[in-house]
Amino acid sequence: MAKDALMDFDKALEKFEPVIGLEVHVELSTKTKMFSSASNIFGADPNTAVTPVCLGLPGSLPVVNKEAVRYSISLGLALGCEIAETCRFARKNYFYPDLAKNYQISQFDEPIAFEGSLEVELDNGDIVTIPIERAHMEEDAGKLTHVGGATGRIQGAEYSLVDYNRAGVPLVEIVTKPIYGTEGRAGEVARAYVSTIRDIVRGLGISEARMERGNLRCDANVSLRPRGDEKLGTRTETKNVNSLRSIERAIRYEIQRQAALLDKGTAIIQETRHWHEDTGTTSPGRPKSDADDYRYFPEPDLLPIRPSRELVDELRAALPEPPAAQRRRLKAEWGFSDVDFQSIVNAGLLVEVRETVEAGANPQSARKWWMGELSRTANEMNVEPSSLVTPTQVAELQSAVEAGTINDKLAREALAGLIANEGTVAEIIEKRGLTVVSDDGALIAAIDAALASQPDVLEKIASGKVEAAGAVIGAVMKAMGGKADAARVRELVIERASA
Amino acid sequence: MSDITEDTVRHLANLARIALTPDEVTTLTSELAAIVSAVEKVNEVATADVPATSHPIPMENVWREDVVADELTSEQALTGAPDHDGSRFRVTAILGEEA
Amino acid sequence: MSDLTRLSAAEQSALLESREISSVELTKAHLNRIAETDGDIGAFLHVSDDALTIADEVDAARAGGVELNPLAGIPVAVKDVLCTLDMPSTAGSKILEGWVPPYDATPVARLRAARMPILGKTNMDEFAMGSSTEHSAYGITRNSWDRTRIPGGSGGGSASAVGAFQASLALGSDTGGSIRQPAAFTGTVGMKPTYGGVSRYGAIALASSLDQVGPVTRTVLDAGLLHDIIGGYDHHDSTSIADEWPSFADAARRGARGESLKGLRVGVVKELDQPGFQPGVSARFHETLTMLAAEGAEIVDVSAPNFEYAVAAYYLILTAEASSNLAKFDSVRFGLRVTPSGTPTVEDVMSATREAGFGAEAKRRIILGTYALSAGYYDAYYGSAQKVRTLIQRDFAAAFAQVDVLVSPTAPTTAWTLGEKLDDPLAMWLSDITTIPVNMAGIPGISIPIGLADEDQLPVGLQIMAPAREDARLYEVAAAIEALLDAKRGSTFSALTPAYNGGAS
Repeated sequence: MAKDALMDFDKALEKFEPVIGLEVHVELSTKTKMFSSASNIFGADPNTAVTPVCLGLPGSLPVVNKEAVRYSISLGLALGCEIAETCRFARKNYFYPDLAKNYQISQFDEPIAFEGSLEVELDNGDIVTIPIERAHMEEDAGKLTHVGGATGRIQGAEYSLVDYNRAGVPLVEIVTKPIYGTEGRAGEVARAYVSTIRDIVRGLGISEARMERGNLRCDANVSLRPRGDEKLGTRTETKNVNSLRSIERAIRYEIQRQAALLDKGTAIIQETRHWHEDTGTTSPGRPKSDADDYRYFPEPDLLPIRPSRELVDELRAALPEPPAAQRRRLKAEWGFSDVDFQSIVNAGLLVEVRETVEAGANPQSARKWWMGELSRTANEMNVEPSSLVTPTQVAELQSAVEAGTINDKLAREALAGLIANEGTVAEIIEKRGLTVVSDDGALIAAIDAALASQPDVLEKIASGKVEAAGAVIGAVMKAMGGKADAARVRELVIERASA
Repeated sequence: MSDITEDTVRHLANLARIALTPDEVTTLTSELAAIVSAVEKVNEVATADVPATSHPIPMENVWREDVVADELTSEQALTGAPDHDGSRFRVTAILGEEA
Repeated sequence: MSDLTRLSAAEQSALLESREISSVELTKAHLNRIAETDGDIGAFLHVSDDALTIADEVDAARAGGVELNPLAGIPVAVKDVLCTLDMPSTAGSKILEGWVPPYDATPVARLRAARMPILGKTNMDEFAMGSSTEHSAYGITRNSWDRTRIPGGSGGGSASAVGAFQASLALGSDTGGSIRQPAAFTGTVGMKPTYGGVSRYGAIALASSLDQVGPVTRTVLDAGLLHDIIGGYDHHDSTSIADEWPSFADAARRGARGESLKGLRVGVVKELDQPGFQPGVSARFHETLTMLAAEGAEIVDVSAPNFEYAVAAYYLILTAEASSNLAKFDSVRFGLRVTPSGTPTVEDVMSATREAGFGAEAKRRIILGTYALSAGYYDAYYGSAQKVRTLIQRDFAAAFAQVDVLVSPTAPTTAWTLGEKLDDPLAMWLSDITTIPVNMAGIPGISIPIGLADEDQLPVGLQIMAPAREDARLYEVAAAIEALLDAKRGSTFSALTPAYNGGAS
């Protein structure tokens, strides 16, 4: 739908009530896959992280990864779910080339975790409780690359290539119940929910949760019902939403699109839609039809899982503090204002800042790096800040600044080096020659040269106009290619004026 | 419940991805009807109070430690492939739905 | 030296250990026998190039004083359902023609670890779907007792290979009788272990909850020796039983010494001893019961009322699981690819490949299984079949509360003639009524030859069943009955096999 055919968002909300539902897939960061002992790694050469099981070779058999079960239980507990006394795996049968066996091993009517709820915090600090229906274990599919089409999309492709490295990577799918009453904040609620899940799984250490790599994926169900109606409207399921920002945009778009259609008396088709980041729109996938008869049945190659109550208690005891409580604690410890703290949360960078502080940086500097330079660069590159550098690297960088090895300007250059994967902070400073000049002799020579062209500066300083030193500092920095320690230059200039 | 028609068989063949010939559809329709009426007798005794058994030998919590093993090289992985590009399996255009 | 191929594996083993023969001689004798007879018998789909190399290595090891497994150096045939690194593994299907797996099935890996030369891969009904081996994509296998007859199925290749002295040992797989029924039809011994007793890893799956790999031999002791090698826990198969198992060869030896039958409570399942069975089959079966009673066994009539529903439930469960297990044959990663003309989508290619690659029986079962699982029918078909499974287990539990073992004829008839039931799939399916309940309950069952039917002079099998995990009890009882019959006969059963040299003089 063309953008101008959408209904105005506020008008859409006047007429219709949005109801959303979210399905979040979390890839677990176990060493091996869900049912196969192949490596669970990102970026390996195609079809090297595979066993006969991942390829669905005749005769191969799945075996459950115990660690993945533990991770799933921990996640279920963190989502406030009950953990099933018995759960089992089921086969979901459908043909697709990325699905090696042409069935996915998943869980159907007996998931490992169910009936939970999660409190999420919105930008203004409001708390919304999201009802969780279930969290179940399943396996990921392989990766298809479409070749020969104009855009690398499936339409018009001549052929496709399949890499099964991702096939069998453990997933937990978290399904919410319908979420009512979000109104104009439907998109924001969804974003905050996914962001909270990301914080939880990172806090648990069970997923990298990098959306740009597909570690964390969100499908958004959206339906509208006319104000006053009891009956839920027909929903669409939007897939391919790969960033926090696009979750919000995609839901907003679907509300506006559906509202425009309903307003014209056009029925909504129950279908899967795909989000396009570039155009900010969704387009239809395959409509739901009789062909979606998945013929679920209990997986005969696997046995039921009955987590012992001891195991569940052990994992419950090991849960990290819930995000909301952690936020209260960190805000107090760091001494941040509401605004400063909330800006970090809203940017989805709390984990990064916290880990940077844990790695030794002071909270203000950690905040400055993530909210400033890193957010700006990430925005330019259209990636998540967390994909650029690690919190440990940021802490090392800050430590070099505090030690006086580099100044802020040089630190930004070093950061560029980190983003470009040039090595450690020390290596980059060395390679790029970024050390500040703190040799007083060299600095004094440069100051002398600067004073020669601005002889009145010393007098101004002596008469109390200390800010006049700025002109000399600027000239010295320029002369020394930005590698001067500005603070030291300032001290030397003021010393000279008072001599 | 002999509601098996040629359309039923065509639908099942589509789900099972088998391009049956019209003759096969005809034959299978009559065979399936006969077979289904023979196997339907399970419902005579499968009452609500009988639990289902999916595994002949009851076991539970069978799992493995999270340790890498049994990996194939890409050459081994591709060895039986009808078509590949040296590192990935190649299939005809998919069309229909985005991955 | 008399014909080595006529000896049991245990006898061959003794000669190897005493250095009277070498493994190379023994392996050559079997390869020669295959070369002479298999053009007509058709037991093998592939004969290994490697068997003599392994035999040579075993001889060298033996000469070097290396401690060896009793079956080291004794050649073995492997049903084509099992994956082998060095040989094609087709499961009798065109869709896997020429496919050489990049891994060994666990039972095969254990044969290799025991240093047994593998003679080759044996014929079978496509994906083990059949009771006559006529559904193989690669042609029929003949029964060495009467080459106008089927050898049974699906493991007709392994049974005929052993029955025709092409091998003394073979591996089979049994989903509803595919080891036991061919054993009965070819006068050999076939054992279906407790479900989970032998790893299924690398056995191309038909029905995951029913399939089980087991030995095919000419004597009970040989079956025990082979079972000792292939059996036991395997972490690659979640359904593998982690128990320590006793030696099945020891159990067979214990049985052969006598005494095991005295006081043994033997249950005769009324539902598996029907008036409609072939008269010669019933006659040999009841003679055997009389003999057991004379040896001090207590014969008890038991009833298993739900067995009546076993075949129906079995075909629902089997086809449902098979329809899913066989979905992986889609032309992407292995096997056949058929590309229709025009500009086909991958869906068209998959459908054309599966149309061309699967035989009629496979398609029939996939369609039925798809139906049984499809929306709206699951509860009535698959769900109900799983309940019948519970009822069958209860029937067995009630029976085993009264008796130590259960017995029945292995099959209602002797081997039928080639082509006889090919046009009537339901009749073919019903031929497994005696063997199917064992798979539904996961218990062990063994078939041993007990004589020839008067009307056609073809072998009749006795099926013995024990509770789950009591495989050793079966070996003991089966060996006791075998010893008794051999003593009465004055020879082994296999000595009765009609001479056949493949036309050579």
